[in-house]
Amino acid sequence: MPPKVNVVSLVSIGRHPQSGRSRRAEQDGRAVELGLKLSKKSLTVVHAGDAQEPVLRQYAGMGLDSLTVLPQPADGDALPILVDFLKSSKAQVVLTGVRAESGESSGMLPYLLAEQLGWPLVPRVAEILTIKQGAAEVLLALPRGQRRSVIVSLPFIATVDNAAAEARQTAFGPGLRADFKVLDVNSVKDEAMATWQISAAKPRPKRLKVVKAKTAADRMKAATAKPVGGGGKVMKNETAAEKAQAIFDLLLEEKVVR
Amino acid sequence: MILDWLPPTLIGFLLVLAGIGAIRRMNLWRAGQAEKVNILAGLLAMPKRYLHDLHHVVERDKYMSRTHVATGGGFVLAMVLVLFVHLFGVKSEILAWALLAALVLMFCGALFVYKRRMNPPSRLSKGPWMRLPKSLLTFSITFFVLTLPAAGILPEGTGGWVLTLVLSVLILMSLSEMLFGMTWGGPMKHAFAGALHLAFHRRPERFGGGRSTGLKPAVLGEASHGVAKPTDFKWNQLLGFDACVQCGRCEAVCPAFAAGQPLNPKKLIQDMVVGFAGGTDAKYAGSPYPGVDVGNAKGAPDQIITNGLISSDTLWSCTTCRACVEECPMMIEHVDAIVDMRRFLTLEKGETPNKGAQVLENIIATDNPNGYSPASRTHWAADQNLNLMKDVKQADVLFWVSDGAFDMRSQRILRAFVKLMKAANIDVAILGDEELDSGDVARRLGDDAAFQSLAKRNLATLSKYSFKTIVTTDPHAFHCLKNEYGDFGSDALKGVEVLHHTTFLNRLVKEGRLQLDTFKGGKVTYHDPCYLGRYNGEYDAPRELLASLGIDVAEMERSGYRSRCCGGGGGAPITDIPGERRIADMRMEDVVSTGAEMVAVGCQQCTAMLEGVVEPRPVVKDIAEILVSQLSEEVNS
Ligand code: SF4
Ligand code: SF4
Ligand code: SF4
Repeated sequence: MPPKVNVVSLVSIGRHPQSGRSRRAEQDGRAVELGLKLSKKSLTVVHAGDAQEPVLRQYAGMGLDSLTVLPQPADGDALPILVDFLKSSKAQVVLTGVRAESGESSGMLPYLLAEQLGWPLVPRVAEILTIKQGAAEVLLALPRGQRRSVIVSLPFIATVDNAAAEARQTAFGPGLRADFKVLDVNSVKDEAMATWQISAAKPRPKRLKVVKAKTAADRMKAATAKPVGGGGKVMKNETAAEKAQAIFDLLLEEKVVR
Repeated sequence: MILDWLPPTLIGFLLVLAGIGAIRRMNLWRAGQAEKVNILAGLLAMPKRYLHDLHHVVERDKYMSRTHVATGGGFVLAMVLVLFVHLFGVKSEILAWALLAALVLMFCGALFVYKRRMNPPSRLSKGPWMRLPKSLLTFSITFFVLTLPAAGILPEGTGGWVLTLVLSVLILMSLSEMLFGMTWGGPMKHAFAGALHLAFHRRPERFGGGRSTGLKPAVLGEASHGVAKPTDFKWNQLLGFDACVQCGRCEAVCPAFAAGQPLNPKKLIQDMVVGFAGGTDAKYAGSPYPGVDVGNAKGAPDQIITNGLISSDTLWSCTTCRACVEECPMMIEHVDAIVDMRRFLTLEKGETPNKGAQVLENIIATDNPNGYSPASRTHWAADQNLNLMKDVKQADVLFWVSDGAFDMRSQRILRAFVKLMKAANIDVAILGDEELDSGDVARRLGDDAAFQSLAKRNLATLSKYSFKTIVTTDPHAFHCLKNEYGDFGSDALKGVEVLHHTTFLNRLVKEGRLQLDTFKGGKVTYHDPCYLGRYNGEYDAPRELLASLGIDVAEMERSGYRSRCCGGGGGAPITDIPGERRIADMRMEDVVSTGAEMVAVGCQQCTAMLEGVVEPRPVVKDIAEILVSQLSEEVNS
């Protein structure tokens, strides 16, 4: 790994599924872990939000010397200030979780960032294998433990899948002592959000699974079988035009474009 | 006589060397952190602590205790008299005769030391300790002969210069061991460091029959947490390590050592000495950490301990059962040291092994180690009709439920206890979802930040309500509430009696508030939970309860203060350091060897550990469960 790759991991405030209490978010923790693995020295961990939030110390406790905060009120829009920050930074790799555990949790942020910065987005990364000559070899996480290796040129944004290495234990002392760099940024009010009404989600009743199998062996098969889609195919050797055509055909078929 | 000056000169010379050594040794201790002690009171209390408290422990091994009284007492007396008779040249036949008597006493003691060393048990260290009896014998014989003329038994000048020369050589040999070795790191160091350790012990409450078992709170927010390097220990902890006599009694009782996990409390203490004195463990001549070769450990006062001196697995193997502390004749505090070093690993390095990190994360995010929803804490009591403190605000008894609330097996114990309390018409309430984990596991895993946060929040909850007694079925929570919550400046527990359920039930039975039928099952033995017994001194109530059912407890060889841990304490099942056997299996063998069909326990964690042993094995039941099945029907209906 060349020593100078500027990695930025974006972190948010997670929410424990049982207690509802703030915590280090699962996937964001993994984004920091991946960043630490890539380059501990040139990793910048960034949070857009409240600098006083104690959970940030849990991220810092992973061994960060400092953590950058773009201060923002609860009703602020993280997108524009993150775009500004990333534009002015020398970031080459930006890592985020797939979706936040609290707030809108739409999973859109990385896509919007990629769109505004004009960078490629690599979804659901399991691992970044190498970075050399301006390109990274990345393993994408596919269902059932499968991986796909892709090469992507820098700079890019990647979302980190649950298949990536688990976040290391956070240590109280270093977390407490880490230096918080609170930058001076203009916050932008999220106008759209202001008009929303937020209420707790009702758990949807679970659909009963009717298993027709008669024997235990059948049930076992039903429980472990891969869902047979069979629709997808991997195109490797075709020309770019052929690949594009295939995607276009699919989009038409699925009525995404008309 | 031309050589008459030689023996006194030698004595004086070695005394000076010993003095220099003493100063150097003290400087090594002083490299540790400051800790306030009352120097004068400590020194004054020292003889009594030695004669009473220390001997109380040594007395468990009668052979050694008598041997030590004779040898040690004889030596101290002889040494003082030697100074008068031979160094200051006091001419008194009475003194000389007294010296002879002291030497004879010492000689007899030394013979027994010699005998024990002929075929020493494996727990004893060898090496320089093997030559100690010879040095003791040489000392007593040499000075005996040297003193004969002064006592008027032999005429002055007997033997001429040849004898004087021979005696001088022998003086040099034996006094080197006794004086020089005392302060320069020989086996006799234990006398010097041991005496001062007794005077400046970090837990003076332990003397005079007291008990002091709560861990000391970590200071949070400093530049570092816990003990990273030997000099991070308090100075009197370092002094304590130096007092070790390498008797290996701690090793003999350590469950982790017996299970083949890489821990030996004696070696641990010796490694601490290597650490603060600097050097390697190459000279260590006792049993190693199981599976780890001796000779590769290096240490220095300012070197991180887990970088080359001891492996962190050694620290994580400990169940904090305190068997070693209970057994140590020098009253050394192994558990304090181990947890101090764990604090560094957890709070500074974030290196709690295996499930440790996750458990701590759960405790922080959900206030229970398994990450259950805090809102489900009281589900177990849905059908129990228990008052919640939130509603009633006050009750005679507050039942501290502990995390057993989330575990189906433990819930059986909780229900049994509730049934007994109802049978006795106790005015009881629980905290319900307001209760949080006691913090026991977090603290033993080194996360004192999480522990202190839980303790403070629990205390804040407790301070809202009024109750006279707090009872719990969990000895670990019992210990925290009783011995550790007091350090956080809250008076929520002031004037409140904290009881273990066996103590509480025993009172009810004695007051005749519970009518119980005689137990008619087979043989029963009782396993003392460490956190009830050694940590809190409650050995009687559980036995009296069993006796009240007509049960004649078939005691295990290791019971009472010598009870062997089940392996469930100190977060050991969470850190799960591999060994050759499981501690719980060994404990179950102890149970089986009594021929009992049932083992009574007083701890949900012990229940879980012992029930985890593969069947066929005796039944495991909490005392509350045994009592409940013997409740007389007429009272019940
Ligand atoms: S620590 Fe105590 S029990 Fe263990 S060997 Fe040393 S003196 Fe003996
Ligand atoms: S506390 Fe128990 S497990 Fe730990 S060292 Fe002492 S005897 Fe061994
Ligand atoms: S579970 Fe019981 S025996 Fe085991 S450590 Fe705790 S109190 Fe001791």
